[in-house]
Amino acid sequence: MSIRNIGTVYRKELIDSMRDRRTLISMIVVPLLLMPLLTIGVGGLLVKQVAQARQEVPKVMILGGEDSPKVRAELENLREVRIVPQRPDYAEEISSKQIRAAVEIPEGFDAKIANGEPMTVKIYMYEGEMKSGFGADRLQTFFRDLRDRTIRERLLARQLPENLIRPFNIKQQNVAPAEKVGGAILGGLVPYFVILLCLTGAMYPAMDLTAGEKERGTIETILCSPVSRMHLVLGKFLMVLTASIATAVLSIISMAVSFGVGKKILLSAANGAAGTALQVTMTGKAVVSVFIMVLPLAVLFSAALLAIALFAKSFKEAQSYISPLMIVVVLPAVAAVLPGVELNTLLALVPVLNTSLVSKEIMTGTYHWKYIALIFASSCIYAAAAIAIAVKLFQREDVLFRT
Amino acid sequence: MIEVQNLVKRFRDKKRGEVCAVDRVSFRCRPGEIFGLLGANGAGKTTTMRILATILTPSEGTAIVAGHDVTKEPQQVRSCVGFLSTATALYGRLSAQEMVEYFGRLHGLDEPTLRQRIDAIFERLEMNDFRDRRCDNLSTGMKQKVSIARTLVHDPSVMIFDEPTVGLDVMAARTIIDFIRECRDHGKTVIFSTHVMSEVEKLCDRIGIIHDGRLLAEGTLGDLRQRYGKQSLEDIFVEVVEQ
Repeated sequence: MSIRNIGTVYRKELIDSMRDRRTLISMIVVPLLLMPLLTIGVGGLLVKQVAQARQEVPKVMILGGEDSPKVRAELENLREVRIVPQRPDYAEEISSKQIRAAVEIPEGFDAKIANGEPMTVKIYMYEGEMKSGFGADRLQTFFRDLRDRTIRERLLARQLPENLIRPFNIKQQNVAPAEKVGGAILGGLVPYFVILLCLTGAMYPAMDLTAGEKERGTIETILCSPVSRMHLVLGKFLMVLTASIATAVLSIISMAVSFGVGKKILLSAANGAAGTALQVTMTGKAVVSVFIMVLPLAVLFSAALLAIALFAKSFKEAQSYISPLMIVVVLPAVAAVLPGVELNTLLALVPVLNTSLVSKEIMTGTYHWKYIALIFASSCIYAAAAIAIAVKLFQREDVLFRT
Repeated sequence: MIEVQNLVKRFRDKKRGEVCAVDRVSFRCRPGEIFGLLGANGAGKTTTMRILATILTPSEGTAIVAGHDVTKEPQQVRSCVGFLSTATALYGRLSAQEMVEYFGRLHGLDEPTLRQRIDAIFERLEMNDFRDRRCDNLSTGMKQKVSIARTLVHDPSVMIFDEPTVGLDVMAARTIIDFIRECRDHGKTVIFSTHVMSEVEKLCDRIGIIHDGRLLAEGTLGDLRQRYGKQSLEDIFVEVVEQ
């Protein structure tokens, strides 16, 4: 095998691609812009929305309670909510977001408290609507405080200790290190984007170097040079792989920087509101490990895309072949982000899904060496098979000169 | 030297089933000679030329090009051949010089030799003015010159031209015709396919008439005139095809 020839083809393809605006956009501009946009842009918008919802004083309605002036007065004095006059269509008003929640005070509330009679306070809210949830939360907090206060007063009146009804406290303590907490959130997301960008980065050059050559009529020119078809396809493959890896590396760097910068900006903007969701740390070791795991996948994508695109007569036809491939790759990558999908020996053999799952684990600082070895090996086998197919297709006249 | 021996090429076509594009074609072309392969569209000219350039492999038979068998030593054949057709386009994003350099390197030329060759060819073809311009931005005539330089960079002993003037204006076509003649004068073996009678009459030392994949007649223009009793090549061609 002549390394020199492969190198010559690779160098030419690299120069050629670097002069192509569309390749540059998919390889450099997209990963560099997408990540900050996602973290700072979308993340910022999310944090802003949450903070805004929290700052809003929710309008709530009191239903009944005319015979209980004490509780009504306390509610009306609450600074966290704004009481609106009672109307019969409260459910409709909650649904149409005119008010956020409503509370139904049972008949004779004040008197029943004084007499120690049982009763239920009902809070109406719109499940799943954030602002309605905040309104209901504030009402619930008020009534929980009131209940605790009543208990304390009753115990005091009977000269009983306060811990009678609360013999012990419960406290949850997190033992996971910071990277695990951040990793759990980021774990699925980072490999998902890296895998996706690995594919999109390779897509354009793969089409340009095969179907594009057919369309522009340069395929015959290159085929009459003495370079063997194997060297030709390997040189082209290396270029597609370069684009794929460059896109992945740039996206990782861009993601790390975006998270670093974004965290600071967003935390100060949110005044710590959505802070926990942004407590994200990407350790260098995890990033390098994810990158190594994604490498054979980049090889697989590059070779597969090259083979598929070679089959097409034109750039347009190649696009129509490759677009469905996006879904084939996105589905397993998304599946890995879903909660409950755990790595096992069988899943470790499913391409894309295996890398996505193991990367998720790596991001949370867990290294299952057995699976890592299995996934790396299986991915390498798939990648080698894809290269072999691409080389084989390049030898076939009916593929090169499809009419 | 090109020696074509019982060349057969069959294709599988979705609509027509198995098609025999080249059917037992044999001929010979010597150094310092231009062999013209004359035929209508779809006669099998391009397939024959592509087999000689080892872009396609024959189904049966073979051809010896510059001493190498196209089926057994395709890479050695390509090292001795310069192939030019309207389908051999240029890489638009490379400059004229980069384009020629690329093919020189693929032919295994070392850097000093490559430099020397490029300088000589660019000088001879008057290409120095657009040396660093990208091929996309060149005129048709300039592009033709780059293509010629590309085929010449490794100084091949055999030149294969597959309908090289199709779609070219008079001036660009003239550049190519002059170049083909020059190749012969330099002792190269030249094979040239076309459907333009006047080009064959002007250029070719020997002529082969191909129709439906078969070589129906072969000889010098004088031979053919004598054999068919007609003066114009067009009349000879029609006679041969109709027979």
